[in-house]
Amino acid sequence: MIKLFSLKQQKKDGEVGGQKTGTKRASAAQLRITKDINELQLPKTCQTEFPDPDDLLNFKLIIMPDEGFYKGGRFVFSFKVGQGYPHEPPKVKCETMVYHPNIDLEGNVCLNILREDWKPVLTINSIIYGLQYLFLEPNPDDPLNKDAAEVLRSNRRLFEQNVSKSMRGGYVGSTYFERCLVK
Amino acid sequence: MANQVDEPMMVDGRVDSPGGSWPDRWNHVKKMLERAGPFAHPDFEPSPETIQFMLEVCKILVIGAGGLGCELLKDLALMGFRNIHVIDMDKIDVSNLNRQFLFRPKDVGKPKAETAAEFVNTRVPGCRVTPHYAKIQDFDGEFYRQFHIIVCGLDSILARRWMNGMVLSLINYEEDGSVDQSSIIPLIDGGTEGFKGNARVILPGITACMDCTLELYPPQVTYPMCTIAHTPRLPEHCIEWVRILLWPQEKPFGDNGKPREEREDIGIDGDDPAHVKWIYDKALERAEKYGISGVTYRLTQGVVKHIIPAVASTNAVIAASCATEVFKIATSCCNPLNNYMVFNDTEGLYTYTFEAEKKEDCLACSQVPQKFTFAPSAKLKDVIQYLCDNAATQMKAPGVTAIVDGRNKTLYMQTVESIEKRTRDNLTKTLEELGLADGQELVVADSTTPQSVIFKLNLSP
Repeated sequence: MIKLFSLKQQKKDGEVGGQKTGTKRASAAQLRITKDINELQLPKTCQTEFPDPDDLLNFKLIIMPDEGFYKGGRFVFSFKVGQGYPHEPPKVKCETMVYHPNIDLEGNVCLNILREDWKPVLTINSIIYGLQYLFLEPNPDDPLNKDAAEVLRSNRRLFEQNVSKSMRGGYVGSTYFERCLVK
Repeated sequence: MANQVDEPMMVDGRVDSPGGSWPDRWNHVKKMLERAGPFAHPDFEPSPETIQFMLEVCKILVIGAGGLGCELLKDLALMGFRNIHVIDMDKIDVSNLNRQFLFRPKDVGKPKAETAAEFVNTRVPGCRVTPHYAKIQDFDGEFYRQFHIIVCGLDSILARRWMNGMVLSLINYEEDGSVDQSSIIPLIDGGTEGFKGNARVILPGITACMDCTLELYPPQVTYPMCTIAHTPRLPEHCIEWVRILLWPQEKPFGDNGKPREEREDIGIDGDDPAHVKWIYDKALERAEKYGISGVTYRLTQGVVKHIIPAVASTNAVIAASCATEVFKIATSCCNPLNNYMVFNDTEGLYTYTFEAEKKEDCLACSQVPQKFTFAPSAKLKDVIQYLCDNAATQMKAPGVTAIVDGRNKTLYMQTVESIEKRTRDNLTKTLEELGLADGQELVVADSTTPQSVIFKLNLSP
């Protein structure tokens, strides 16, 4: 048994036990995100941007798909990693307005690992691959933008046209999309 | 009954005498501390000094003055601990009164910590509870170091992990990497959810810590975004739709005079009845549209605030168990709980105690900072070169961060282009110029290690 207090019965106001360390210890979330960020293996279609390099908890991801419906587009996502990480997933929003069945016009993203299927073993890299996959394989069975999902399901050709129209900048139905092509 | 509250408590037919002591007051405690017994630990030496330590010296910190906190304060004070501090950031709500028995209707709206402390100090002669109406994050290591034992009655994993990180950061290590036992502050944690609860003892650096057992905590209930958006089936789906999707769109209460686009999104305040009412009304509309029943004001409040049902008797059991552990550790009269007890009286009554194991690669507690020595005039690139060349580290592309002046600072990170560009200049700066002090901890991440590693920097010219 550890007899803790035979060693320090004298501990009183203002007195410190042992040597003074003084410095603050990095939180478990901070240690984990440092590892995640240092170890990022971005596909060639992705870039990260850190507005403040000292703040690894808030950054942007830019996805520029080189195939599929969204080829040539440039989509910006914001990542907010909380102190609950990795127990809780980061908050991810799409900052570019996009015509996509799984991303709504407010930037909410329907990706299972961002919510109900998040597990602490997953990393920032897992999310990046998940997001990239959304652009390669938009999923009409899991819709957030219901109109886009219905078009994708019923008329792939029209969906493709709508996507390129939105990326060039223009109206799809009554919704205006800003231009988001790389060139 | 109410008028008895302010009177001193009767113990064994006596009331208070000056100084809060009278003959035989601590008889019940002395029976355990001043004589040996068949259940006492073999190393335990009965002595009258132990109770003096409890009464005069031992300093306990209670975190949270809610359901568990009220019970803990009462238990500890009646047991004979008199030097107690309590931290709580909340004010008293009318819904607390059924179980947080140190509060009365007249106290609604007052800070919990202050009210609880005042009650206990009045009621238990000689007891000095010091309240802190604040967040745990408002205090630093110097504050927490003054306590012998910390007991938590918290309701969030985040706060538990923060406290865990704090007591771990207070540990000192010996030259051989073992824990300096005089730097250990035992952390006793209680938690309840309805009829279920748990109590555990953490000896930081020695036994499993909060992060070692993170998988034990269930994730927060979340629903798939698409279900919330388009295929709601449960009343909760409707409430979540309003909370997550409609609120940021409509931005209610954010200066209604302006058009929606210019309105400020003031976050949802679960304690503001107007906010909850707005969410309830909109959720009800949506529920009707989809033919879903069961959206009520109470459910709305529960979902918005993530309310977990609280049962007074569960709190009493768990707090009693935690207080007993404080007593055992403070007096060494008996082996402490080893180290995790679960309690469930949903049907019948079940308890089970097991030894949660320390995780070898726990991010929070497996880290024995490795020491290295540099001159203050050494440059950051020398440190990085060392990490790559040294036979014991042999890193490939280490990323280095530190906490300087209380803020995170990325010193250098090679692998991320945008960070590399803006931290490159640091390489040629000296450690002194970078603001790194003697004893500074550096967090180093590299592909050659399974997790970030902590290095402690010794600066000597």
